[in-house]
Amino acid sequence: MIEIRDIFKTFGDNEVLRGISGVFKPGMNSLIIGGSGSGKTTLLKCIVGLHEPTAGEVFYDGENFTTMDFRQRVPIRKQIGMLFQNSALFDSMTVEGNVMFPLNLFTDQPKEEKLDRVNFCLKKVNLENKNHLYPSELSGGMKKRVGIARAISMQPKYLFVDEPNSGLDPLTSILIDNLINEITEEFNTTTVIVTHDMNSVMGIGDHILFLNQGEKWWEGSKEKIAHTDNKELNEFVFASKFMRAARAKL
Amino acid sequence: MFHTLGRYLLLLRLSFRKPEKFSVYWSEVMREMVSTGVGSLGIICIISVFIGAVATVQVAFQLSSPLVPKSIAGSISRDSTILEFSPTISALVLAGRVGSSIASQIGTMRVTEQIDALEIMGVNAPGYLISPKIIAGISMIPLLTVISVVLGLSGGYIACIVSGEISPTDYLSGLHDGFNSVIVTVCATKSISFGFIISSVCAYFGFYTSGGALEVGQSATKGVVFSCIWILFADLVISSVLL
Repeated sequence: MIEIRDIFKTFGDNEVLRGISGVFKPGMNSLIIGGSGSGKTTLLKCIVGLHEPTAGEVFYDGENFTTMDFRQRVPIRKQIGMLFQNSALFDSMTVEGNVMFPLNLFTDQPKEEKLDRVNFCLKKVNLENKNHLYPSELSGGMKKRVGIARAISMQPKYLFVDEPNSGLDPLTSILIDNLINEITEEFNTTTVIVTHDMNSVMGIGDHILFLNQGEKWWEGSKEKIAHTDNKELNEFVFASKFMRAARAKL
Repeated sequence: MFHTLGRYLLLLRLSFRKPEKFSVYWSEVMREMVSTGVGSLGIICIISVFIGAVATVQVAFQLSSPLVPKSIAGSISRDSTILEFSPTISALVLAGRVGSSIASQIGTMRVTEQIDALEIMGVNAPGYLISPKIIAGISMIPLLTVISVVLGLSGGYIACIVSGEISPTDYLSGLHDGFNSVIVTVCATKSISFGFIISSVCAYFGFYTSGGALEVGQSATKGVVFSCIWILFADLVISSVLL
């Protein structure tokens, strides 16, 4: 379980996050949604330690992550998997090299065992036999899937996903969403997803946190989102005709 | 300026933290050594032969007095090649070739979130990315300098044969005359220092890149420019202290 308490983040005079608190539970897909510039990605980066919050605390299973130094954070970081918006695959490594990289650094398994794990992860994301391709030879959707394979290679307790559907066609987006959902259920991971894709929200949003102007505006489930009377959330969720039509049918 | 210097020193300290796994770092060091050493061999060979040849021809031209023995051209050519041309000019060329590659490679990794990915995994990103490059720099650039010295002096010999300004025998005898081993120490000190400057300064600018492709290019340019300035400054300091 991850708990965030009163997170503030300021860049110069710009206050991006203003006192955000929340709890992300294992086995659930927690979605952080909001418009562009609402602070979603900044919040995610504060949670994983890529940004230090100006104030507030982040707890991983009760352990205060914010006060830890680099070395103290390493055991927790080994349990974190993250899929970046642009996949962030290492260009100089093959698909196999990318997925095996954390195993090489943090385990003493023999090569065969590591290769088995790599192949298991690649099979999970439907990329068998693509081991020797380089990131430049992959499509956007394939890169995302390799990113997921790399993120789960160390069997993480916590999975963070930043804009999983950006730049992907609707079918691939659904495939990626389903994959993340499957991983969350199968491995009971605490999954935190930053998105503004409403299909993801309605598809896999077990727990939703809506940010507006750096503040937590609304929190609930996908079932509740359709019936909310929160003006800003309604404007955000039902911006498209399709979503409005879908709500009318409910 | 103090902010930049402080950040540079902190980055160096982070770069030499204990590695997560020695074998992974070792393979990175080997990869960087091949990239820096073998990758730069061609350009170093070409410039060294020409610089040695030009230095010999020009010295021979300036020492045209009958009172000065012709062999002195060989001695001057030797000293200037070992003391200055090979270490410094090679370093300036390598700052362009190796330095820009280091800055742009690390800068691209920064803007494409690859460095964030390393940090999320719990990897000490400065250690994994920068220390192998520094180790490769301080080991391969001195080796390239040795090759440059040999080829520079050979270039001088070829120039003697081709131009006929001085006889090859006089040139060879000049190479042996009055040899002082301190110039080898100076050359080694310079090349190790320059290797360190090129790799660490360019890595610093790459590591703190923010933005996109345009900023990666700017970081590479800054890395090369600052490396060149520091190389010339270190050249002056080492020469003043050791000679």
